[in-house]
Formats: sequence, C-alpha cells, structure tokens
Amino acid sequence: MKKRWYDYLWIVSLTYLILGFFNILFAWLGLLCFFIPLVISIVSGTKGYCNRYCGRGQLFGLLGGRFGLSRKKDIPKWMKSKAFRYGFLIFFFIMFFQMLWNTYLVFAEVQNLKQAVTLLWTLKLPWNWAYHGTLFHPGVAQFAFGFYSVMLTSTVLGLITMILFKPRSWCVYCPMGTMTQLICRAKNRKGNIVTE
Amino acid sequence: METKTGTKRKAFVDTDACVACGCCVKVCPLNAIQIWNGVWAKVDRTRCVGCGKCARECPATVIEIREVQV
Repeated sequence: MKKRWYDYLWIVSLTYLILGFFNILFAWLGLLCFFIPLVISIVSGTKGYCNRYCGRGQLFGLLGGRFGLSRKKDIPKWMKSKAFRYGFLIFFFIMFFQMLWNTYLVFAEVQNLKQAVTLLWTLKLPWNWAYHGTLFHPGVAQFAFGFYSVMLTSTVLGLITMILFKPRSWCVYCPMGTMTQLICRAKNRKGNIVTE
Repeated sequence: METKTGTKRKAFVDTDACVACGCCVKVCPLNAIQIWNGVWAKVDRTRCVGCGKCARECPATVIEIREVQV
C-alpha cells in the first residue's frame, strides 16, 4: 500500500520523547497531541487523528508489528469495557488537573519548581539534566515536567499493553481516543442507532 | 451465466465495542472498511472477501469473520 506523508508521524512522536531527555521545555509541543484530535473531532466529527495522524499509534504498530515486540493476544474483556475506558479517562483527567494545580502553585510562588518526572503517577524520577534554566517563569518549566510525565507514563503503559496484547492495545483505552469518540458520538447521535 | 451459491466469509464488527481507532482501515487490502463518523468501523460487505486481516489487527478484537449465505 502506498505510504503517505502522515504514515511517518511516528518519527515525530519518537523525536518528542527523545527531546524530553535533553530539554524538558520541548514537552510543551505535546499539547498538539491534545488539541489537534479535539479540534478534528469537534470540527469534522471524525476520529481523523486516530485514524491517520496519531504518531504514537503508528509507533506501537511498528514496534509490535514489524519488530515483533507483541504477543498479539486478545486484550482482556474488562479492558475494552466502557466502564474501564471511561474510568481511565476520568482518572486521567483528575491526574491532569492535579498537574495543572501543581503548575499553578509554582506560578503563584507557593511551591518551588520540582525538577522531576513522575512515572506512573508515583515514581519520581530526577530529571534535572534536562533543565537548564529558562527566560520564562519556573511555572513554565513545571508544566513541562508535568506534561512530559503524562506523555511518558502513557507511553510506558502503551508499551506494556503492546507487549502483552496487540500492538495498538493502547488505542483501546487511550483517553484522547475515548474523548474524541464521545465527541463524535454526540455529534452523530442519530447514526448510533444503526448497528451491524 | 452461472451464479454460484454457497457461503462466503465476511467481516462483522461489534459496533458497540468498537473504539474507532482505524487500525482495520489501514490493513484492509480492498479498502472495504471505513470509520463511520468517528464512532465505529463499517464494513462494505460487497467488497469484503473475509481475509481476516482486520480481525487480526483490531486491538479490541471486535471484528469477527463469519460465514454468510450468498
């Protein structure tokens, strides 16, 4: 099948993860992975981002598929249940707002900047080598550390489920995917009655 | 012309559990699957030959190959 330019976006995703090891401020670019899918789903009512442009999905597809790093087993039933998918979305939201709150505290100068990346919401990894001071307020850097934590955590979860189940198992419970699907569902309510 | 009767293999999607990720669309050699408005995968069964690539690829395992009467 003919490759299109957007079939190479996995390179962008990989570069993003690597850049975070050198300068944490690049983490801000990750906001694109939040806003582009939302804008596409709100404006056109499709999951065009997941379907075409998601570099992370492509990366998992490549590692699990071409590189054979996946057992290619079926995902457990509970993981594809609506309860788990929506529950994970809510959990993700809560953690996201907590991260925003921490950023706010640094902006408000109530707390000092913590040069750490929190993996899986618990493990605090020292990450000071990727921070070289900034012209901006330390709060800008705090957001970068927090946001990179979100991105790295979701990548690690995605890699684990890629190995255990199918390459793109992450897509099943990806909070952005669940959210954009909910938006599409709301936008195309009538068609939901039609099933196979 | 002689018309063959019998069974053919076709892909069926459990639309309620579909996450609309589009993995199936990418692997379908006949372009027989589309994501319907970002909600679920829709199989064009006039094109589908039941090869099963989509079923194998689907991360949620919601695609099933069934025998249908034709």
